[in-house]
Amino acid sequence: MFGTQTRCICKRSMAGKGRGVAAFTFNLEALGITRGSMPETQRGPQPLFPQMEFKPVPLKAGEDEDYMLALKQEIRGRMKGLPFNIKPCAGRSDVERYKEKYVKECQKIEDEEWTPDWNRLPNELMPQKKKIRKKTDPKKPSKRSNKDQEALLSKLDELEKKGDKSDDEKEGKKGEDDEEEVEGEEYDEELEEENDYIENHFEDGDDYGAGSDDNMDEATY
Amino acid sequence: MNSPGLDCRRRRGSGTGTPGSEIKNILKMTVQEARLCGLLLREHFGEVVEKVGVHLLRSGTLNLRALAHETSTSLDLVKKCLCVLVQHGMCKFGPGRRGPAGPVEYQVNCERILYMLRYPRYIYTAKSLYGDTGELVIEEILQRGQMTMSSVVRTVADRLTQNMEDGQSMDYSEVVNAFSCLVETHFLQRCPPVDSLGSAVSGTSSTGTSESSANTTPPSAQPESHPDCYKLPQVHLSGRGKRRRSSGDAEGNDGGAKRAKLETREVCGDEGVYWQVNFERFHLHFRHQAIISAVASKLDQTSSEIVRTMLRMSEVTTTANAAYTQAVSANEIFRALPPSYNIGRPILDQYLTLLVDDPMEFVGKAGDSGGGMYVVNLHRALANLARATLESVVQERFGSRSARIFRLLIRKKHLEQKQVEDFAMIPAKEAKDMLYTLLSENLVQLQEIPKTPDHAPSRTFYLYTVNQLPTARLLLQNCYKAVGNLIERRLFETKENKRHLEKSQRIEAILASLQASGAETAQLAEVEDMITAPERQQLEALRHHINKLDSSENQVDETIFLLESYVNSAVR
Repeated sequence: MFGTQTRCICKRSMAGKGRGVAAFTFNLEALGITRGSMPETQRGPQPLFPQMEFKPVPLKAGEDEDYMLALKQEIRGRMKGLPFNIKPCAGRSDVERYKEKYVKECQKIEDEEWTPDWNRLPNELMPQKKKIRKKTDPKKPSKRSNKDQEALLSKLDELEKKGDKSDDEKEGKKGEDDEEEVEGEEYDEELEEENDYIENHFEDGDDYGAGSDDNMDEATY
Repeated sequence: MNSPGLDCRRRRGSGTGTPGSEIKNILKMTVQEARLCGLLLREHFGEVVEKVGVHLLRSGTLNLRALAHETSTSLDLVKKCLCVLVQHGMCKFGPGRRGPAGPVEYQVNCERILYMLRYPRYIYTAKSLYGDTGELVIEEILQRGQMTMSSVVRTVADRLTQNMEDGQSMDYSEVVNAFSCLVETHFLQRCPPVDSLGSAVSGTSSTGTSESSANTTPPSAQPESHPDCYKLPQVHLSGRGKRRRSSGDAEGNDGGAKRAKLETREVCGDEGVYWQVNFERFHLHFRHQAIISAVASKLDQTSSEIVRTMLRMSEVTTTANAAYTQAVSANEIFRALPPSYNIGRPILDQYLTLLVDDPMEFVGKAGDSGGGMYVVNLHRALANLARATLESVVQERFGSRSARIFRLLIRKKHLEQKQVEDFAMIPAKEAKDMLYTLLSENLVQLQEIPKTPDHAPSRTFYLYTVNQLPTARLLLQNCYKAVGNLIERRLFETKENKRHLEKSQRIEAILASLQASGAETAQLAEVEDMITAPERQQLEALRHHINKLDSSENQVDETIFLLESYVNSAVR
């Protein structure tokens, strides 16, 4: 319905005024718009910093404001020293600066470690002791179903009968390793639970950063 | 390490089944808010947390591995970041869509991050209510997210002792008092207990998939629902704050630190009971203060004291998001007024009538019993304050005549262009110009009402109108943008003057060490002269600029608070 209307308008205007002339079907004056009363058309986007027609009002000033300003700057300074401020990698700069030593001395109290309460966090966030995936975990083989074990044993026996001992061992190990890798993902969480995680703090940076790519030896946390 | 990709796919695959709460959370955040959140996170927790936090904010809900993969950050760093965010209550976690057995999923709370902008105000409020001790308590907890009562008391007592004269020290019991005051008035609350969500296989795995997908937002969302929320634990704390030794004797210092560490290990009986700042309570306080000061400036001091009394009386009985306070009778108000105000009963009645008649509608009359029942119209007051804010913004940006048009439209609701020109008594050409400027800034809306179904312009009413709520939202976004710009600018200024700043820091360091070793004044002056006069000037200018920028941030936040409370009250 709308489409037919517009087409109608077009036809009429074309017939009346010809091409290129204002295509309104009504008197513009009826809207209260007279020649010259239209605002200038805008060309292009507005400038990034336009001229300000009105100057901004000055900021409030007073004791409250000053105190809050001081608080804000103090918080900003302090948050930098708290263990929650995480540095991407605490790689030491090549030259030891005097300033750093001084700053450190000044903020001795801030330089504390932070041990989150792991009871309040998901277990998976706990830093793992790296390479904890013990292949010789005595529990793990027992988790494998008896059937598997029997099959493996019988297979081993069979192979043993063939006489080539060294070969057998290799194969047996290989199979075990493969399985280890597949199941590794699932064991992950159980292992974490097995850890005595109370002992496991961020403090011992060595355990913590050992496996990561970055040089995080210095990360106090 | 092949799992992240897998998790990704899973996440995307289940995208259609996103629970409503998450969608709401994502939609609630705008580009400007996300930008500001990022800047705030960087400022407080560093760039890594910013990266992780912003990504989590944009994605809604993610699990650990997906997050590490998508931000291409090492797993260890992501873990640290999440720990920090959770510690500060900015991140929630819970069982994912795949039920309790699936990976834990994380969600960032955008509003909570933006509260960081308001930290100075919370601390200052605590100071004005509970003195220096209250100030430090709130400050410590804000900086650390959550703390046990015993560690708060120790840290605050130590810090207060540090500032005292030699030989004096702060008793723990005083800090305990301030702490319990803050808890009693609900400014502090216990962190809600955390279910062992992290342990993947919990006993409640049999709760059907439909339910588990419904409560993706963790159950720890409402701290108030916990009965012990405002219950103080039994703590055995006695002692006094300890002074940090001067850095002169390093050995003694070390020994002290070690001893302090040993002491923190001491059992106080409140292990595992963590406290956090109750932001809602602070916001209620801010809202009341805004209403009181508005009354004071609109009417006079006495009427503001009456409103203050009314608000204090209903503080306990009114819920946080009620539109009105509980009605109180004039008699009750009279009895509750502090005698120092010296307001007689007839004068009180007159004041109440005045307040009810005032167009700002701060106070309403709910009945005639008991000498008249009165309420404070909390939501109406917020709406009127927000309206006043909008009007003053228009006035300061577009001039008083544009503001006249704006006010006219608010009052008359819908007006045609011709009517605007006539009522505002502004020459037609200028009025049009102003109106179109307001329209293009989206402060004024245009509504077409066609007389005939063809929408022909000649047979259509063009009505201009102001929609207060959307306009307030728009202004709120502008405020977020403004704060973002302020922070960017501050960072830029600091970066530009990095060399100077470092130099002055270095020289300060040298001065401090010289002073410690008892150097002569001439020597000190020589070192001081290492900063040249123009450099000093530049540093001074920088300090001035940064102060201005910081102060602006604080003050824009006041507007943000008002508009946020208005928008929240109007939506509820």
